[in-house]
Amino acid sequence: MSDQPIIGRIHSFESMGTVDGPGLRFVTFLQGCPMRCQFCHNPDTWEIGGEAKHLFTPEQLMKEVRKYKNFIKSGGVTCTGGEPLVQAEFVEAFFKLCHAEGLHTALDTAGAVWNEAARRAAAEADLILFDVKTVDDTLHKSYIGVSRKNNAAFLDYLLDIRKPVWIRHVVVPGITDRDDRLHAVGAYLEKYASIIERIEVLPYHIMGSYKYESMGMKYPLEGVEPLSRERADNAVRIFREHLDVKVVG
Amino acid sequence: MKLSNTVDNFEGFTWKREINVRDFIQHNYTPYEGDESFLAGPTANTTALWDKLSEMFKVEREKGLYDVETRLPQSVTTYGAGYIDKDKEVVVGLQTDAPLKRGIFPKGGVRMVENALKAYGYELDAWTKEIYTKYRKTHNEGVFSAYTADVRAARSSHIITGLPDAYGRGRIIGDYRRVPLYGVNNLIEERQRFMERLDIQEMTDDCIRQREEVTEQINALKELIKLGEIYGFDLTRPAQNAREAVQYLYLAYLAAIKDQDGAAMSVGRVSTFLDIYIERDLQAGTLTEEEAQELIDQFVMKLRIVRFLRTPEYNALFSGDPVWVTESIGGMGIDGRTMVTKTSFRILHTLTNLGPAPEPNLTVLWSTRLPQTWKDYCAKMSIATSAIQYENDDLMRPDFGDDYGIACCVSPMKIGKQMQFFGARANLAKCLLYAINGGRDEISGKQVSPIFTPITSEYLEYDEVMEKFEQMMRWLSKVYCNALRIIHYMHDKYSYEALEMALHDGDVIRTRASGIAGLSIVTDSLAAIKFGKVKVVRDERGLAVDFIQEGSYVPFGNNDDNTDAIALMVTEKFMEYMRQHDTYRNSIPTQSLLTITSNVVYGKHTGNTPCGRRSGTPFAPGANPMNGRDTKGAVASLASVAKLPFHHSHDGISYTWAISPATLGKDKGQQVENLVNLMDGYFTPDGGQHLNVNVFDRDLLYDAMEHPEKYPQLTIRVSGYAVNFIKLTREQQLDVISRTISSCC
Repeated sequence: MSDQPIIGRIHSFESMGTVDGPGLRFVTFLQGCPMRCQFCHNPDTWEIGGEAKHLFTPEQLMKEVRKYKNFIKSGGVTCTGGEPLVQAEFVEAFFKLCHAEGLHTALDTAGAVWNEAARRAAAEADLILFDVKTVDDTLHKSYIGVSRKNNAAFLDYLLDIRKPVWIRHVVVPGITDRDDRLHAVGAYLEKYASIIERIEVLPYHIMGSYKYESMGMKYPLEGVEPLSRERADNAVRIFREHLDVKVVG
Repeated sequence: MKLSNTVDNFEGFTWKREINVRDFIQHNYTPYEGDESFLAGPTANTTALWDKLSEMFKVEREKGLYDVETRLPQSVTTYGAGYIDKDKEVVVGLQTDAPLKRGIFPKGGVRMVENALKAYGYELDAWTKEIYTKYRKTHNEGVFSAYTADVRAARSSHIITGLPDAYGRGRIIGDYRRVPLYGVNNLIEERQRFMERLDIQEMTDDCIRQREEVTEQINALKELIKLGEIYGFDLTRPAQNAREAVQYLYLAYLAAIKDQDGAAMSVGRVSTFLDIYIERDLQAGTLTEEEAQELIDQFVMKLRIVRFLRTPEYNALFSGDPVWVTESIGGMGIDGRTMVTKTSFRILHTLTNLGPAPEPNLTVLWSTRLPQTWKDYCAKMSIATSAIQYENDDLMRPDFGDDYGIACCVSPMKIGKQMQFFGARANLAKCLLYAINGGRDEISGKQVSPIFTPITSEYLEYDEVMEKFEQMMRWLSKVYCNALRIIHYMHDKYSYEALEMALHDGDVIRTRASGIAGLSIVTDSLAAIKFGKVKVVRDERGLAVDFIQEGSYVPFGNNDDNTDAIALMVTEKFMEYMRQHDTYRNSIPTQSLLTITSNVVYGKHTGNTPCGRRSGTPFAPGANPMNGRDTKGAVASLASVAKLPFHHSHDGISYTWAISPATLGKDKGQQVENLVNLMDGYFTPDGGQHLNVNVFDRDLLYDAMEHPEKYPQLTIRVSGYAVNFIKLTREQQLDVISRTISSCC
């Protein structure tokens, strides 16, 4: 590493994170993502080179986090995005500072970046919230905008280093909601059962669609309805058939 | 001296020789660290009584009130015995002769009684009216006979509002536990001994007034004995068992609400006290858990039907018929033991047995050291009912000990040892506009304060604004303090709370509680001026009537130290100006950051503010950040509010919080865990003072607006109390909905 301080390009914060890892968490949304998931509710975090709202060193971010220490003692911090591994060096440095103060760290990633820095950031995290979008290579390309290669390699790596993982899978009506595809994901995950602590079924919702409009973009899933409760339960049931872990949705 | 007739098989020494309820509690209570599995459901009688009342509530909601007195002024013994259904009641006593029938208190103000009756289609009896017009002066009349021109002007321009000059001041908690513990005879004897101390060389005005008051107190205690007789109980001696303890305590409280219609008639901190009697009877086998719960359920049921007749103006300020029967629950003792008992659970369990309700105002005294089982149970009940408020015991205990209670919403006071002269609040947002406009009202254009030099520049300069704002706060505090002196002088004179004060020590500590409304608006406005750029728009009268933001600033509620420091500074400065003035009866100046539901009314009467808020838009309630201005999530706003200085706001700092279940956590277990962690994070020993916890979906509230009949018991927390959602005005309902945090991204 050079002597230049690492600058994190941060999109925003959520001081009351309750859905990105265990307990109450301080969530940092990092700017930039190589993927273009059709269901994404944060398209404003995509642009990698563009302007970021906050430019922080890891120490500056830590200073912000300290203001919330009373609240997140038994929860922790989460880095999400965007794809936080786009700024893997920053994440690693930040997590190290958190660990020095006894805070639990979680990394919410789809493993879209595959390099040494990304692997080191993941190794530093206490928990990985790992997105599996689909296991269909062809679909992955059109639905996510990039190949599935990095995603698959990353999960293998996490198995290698025995890193605890929460799998997250977005279920979109007509796309990933098909039973055969749900079974395919379940079957794929069986191999990783030993590191998977839980699976979170994330029912597709349309609450991000207004952002596309305000950014002058076309919403790719125009007309797709939010996932019904029944179909979310169905996905939970299917995953339970494949793995003996906690499945929520 | 030894008090006569105390129940000897209780432990302890001091409390048997002086009036000292705390000592009795500390020597006899049993802390409980287990979970809620022991709790019993309602008995058939309890359910039958509640069903009967629920039918009556429907009529009450339709008519605005169920029934009302039109002739007899209320007193402790105006009425004979009244019942809901005598054979089914294990705790008896009603305010009037029938449930939900409201009494009248013309000594507070006969015009108010008359107007309130008229609003519901009733007529005040001509003879009663004549007595209180021709022969007997009232509190309201007394106040207005002494008000100065500047008080009147400040009042009518809404820079000071909600003053208790047209309603009872309340916020006095009698130590109702003294009646079951000692019996009334001991209390009368003690007060007679106190009277002997007031026989001094020179009869000063103060001494004369106090001698008269003590005589009033003794007479009130004698009335209380008569009230016992009306219902067949001998209150002259101490209670012998749990049934009597609950009944005697309730009759003492009942006497207070028959004697006074103060705005907040809080009950104190009674559950752990009552637990001592219940626990003893349970051990002796003379009471079962079902019977214990039945006593608490029916006691609470009585507290749920406390009613006062209010004017429409009052209802606009304090919406939803609140009476603030605040009961403070749990907390930690000074010796480190928890003060949570099984009866702490039993009283929250009434929310299950009877369903949710706004009263009594269940107030959990939170400490990070409370038993985990109790924390979890509280969080679970909050999520299920949104009926509980929380206050920071670790913050208050150093100043108030371990036998204080909350009066009204957020005001801590040592039970039986301390009372307050309630003083509503000043509108500091308007005060800031007056600073800019040289004391002319931004809406009416009237010169309200003496003529100050207005700001004439195109852009607002922070230093200039602050200098003028300080001058205006200095003027406002003088007018405000004088108004409060007049009000409380007259309240003592014409509407003295003899029964409640008889249940205090003779040498009582008095505070004078003023308040601030609009703190977040003032803070954001000053931050906008200091850190951003604000251009003034003036109308043809030369009044600054609008402001254009040409820069950006971080609003209060984002845990930004620069902005939050402004909130602290304003709180401290206004308190300091209020402290400069002499107070009525040497009361100690305190203040609160609390608006009750008057935040809506304040907003209506306040023009555009430099922070960008539009004229007429509601203020944020209490110490809340302005709605929609937080960008860092809910914990950031909790952290901002937690910084506000309790030592400059010793009468409480109210924060109302609403969140959807999904935002709180993915499942019930996580929601409970997260809520407990939130409160542990907020209620550090130097953290926040108060938190109203609401957990509901916006959709539910929208549905309740459209179909109120489906939600008769839907309860929500507003600023410092709880209400039936469907009893709020539409404006207030929308205000509540707009504050609900709901996002899942």
